[in-house]
Amino acid sequence: MMDQPSIRELVEAVRSFLETKAMPELKGHTAFHARVAANALGIVSRELELGGQATSEEVKRLTTLLKHEGSLEELNRELCKQIRDGRMALETPGLAEHLEASMRDKIAIDQPNYSGLRIAKSRG
Amino acid sequence: MTMAPDFLLPFEVALVKAIAGFEHVTNITRLSGGASQETWSFDALMDGKSEPLILRRSPGGGKRVTEGSAAVPLTTEAIVIEASRKAGVKAPGVRYVLKDEDGVGQGYVMDRLPGETIARKILRDPEFDAVRPKLAFQCGEILARIHAVDKEPLRDILPVIDGPIQLRRYRDLYDSYGYPHPMFDYALKWLEPRMAEAKRQTLVHGDFRHGNLLISPDGVEAALDWELTHIGDPLEDIGWICTNSWRFGVAEKVVGGFGELPDLLAGYKAAGGGDVSLDEARTWIVYGSLKWGIMCMSMYQGFRVDGSVERAAIGRRSSETEIDLVNLIFHGML
Repeated sequence: MMDQPSIRELVEAVRSFLETKAMPELKGHTAFHARVAANALGIVSRELELGGQATSEEVKRLTTLLKHEGSLEELNRELCKQIRDGRMALETPGLAEHLEASMRDKIAIDQPNYSGLRIAKSRG
Repeated sequence: MTMAPDFLLPFEVALVKAIAGFEHVTNITRLSGGASQETWSFDALMDGKSEPLILRRSPGGGKRVTEGSAAVPLTTEAIVIEASRKAGVKAPGVRYVLKDEDGVGQGYVMDRLPGETIARKILRDPEFDAVRPKLAFQCGEILARIHAVDKEPLRDILPVIDGPIQLRRYRDLYDSYGYPHPMFDYALKWLEPRMAEAKRQTLVHGDFRHGNLLISPDGVEAALDWELTHIGDPLEDIGWICTNSWRFGVAEKVVGGFGELPDLLAGYKAAGGGDVSLDEARTWIVYGSLKWGIMCMSMYQGFRVDGSVERAAIGRRSSETEIDLVNLIFHGML
């Protein structure tokens, strides 16, 4: 067991340092890159919080769709292959629902304020 | 204090020979560009008057490559711009095309027109409030005129890149990265039959979106950056300006975050472009999202080479296009 602070607290501390302390001291391209870096740490934070559940649900759905077990990456590679070669028809029940759920989870980690997610959420 | 570029002297010599009344170059500054392509802004003193101009230049005249697509040589770009201007397309007038013997590299000189290309300003600044609702119709008109340019004289210098070729190209690029994106595979499969048959083959601008549209409070002044121009399916240009990645957060305004698709299509028809249905446009918006998503994957490859935090962050923007694909394909949205 690691000592305190937790990994989430560490990431948030660095992010807050970048935003409140470092960025006001920087200029031009370096200031812009500091903002990009702070945003990247935001992704890390959200993935630490949401990634575990998103992954286990994705694996569960993929196991149902492909009718066997495997690692997340193996299952995704196989899904891609089956869609590509036509073994998994685009109309396959559950496929669109699976993809929509997975893509919502990904963007909620990468870019929760993205307009496309706002639109998806407005459907419920 | 800007240093004079090393090509200034031969450049001035070339302009003295080419343009009557030309005296010399002032205020030359680099605007942008990478290793293979430069854009310079300068003023030319002609008969005692100052004229605002732009130099597009490729120092070695080498091949230019823009993420996943081959750019045409600058001399070709100049020919296509002039052909389009003759057909009534708003684009900057080409004043001089560099010759090999000028010793300046490959490129051309064009008019520097007034206007703004930065999306954030066009979409948010109050000086554009009045013109914003008119821009979609004007974009439609410009596209109809580009697509009406006689392509036969251009056949020898432009590649044919139609829908099926584009789809194959981006699928190959995606495959080359070896990382699974099931939503991209779904979109590729969905697009295949829909992009197979083009109604028309025309001149295509190839990169008609914010950044390449010069807009003033009076309207769209010019289409810039013709480096990805080719012969192909005209719907490509309509889909690209409507791709959500170019709406800069104003997703409900389908055309570039400033306008409505029916307005663009009305302008397109009014200027002789013919009828385009919302479904046809949607197919090419799907393609636009897929293309940008795969371009984001390319940025990650760049990050693996140079470690840039900016490229790393763009790599994680693939998922923006994936949720756009969900909205477009599964829910029939625009």
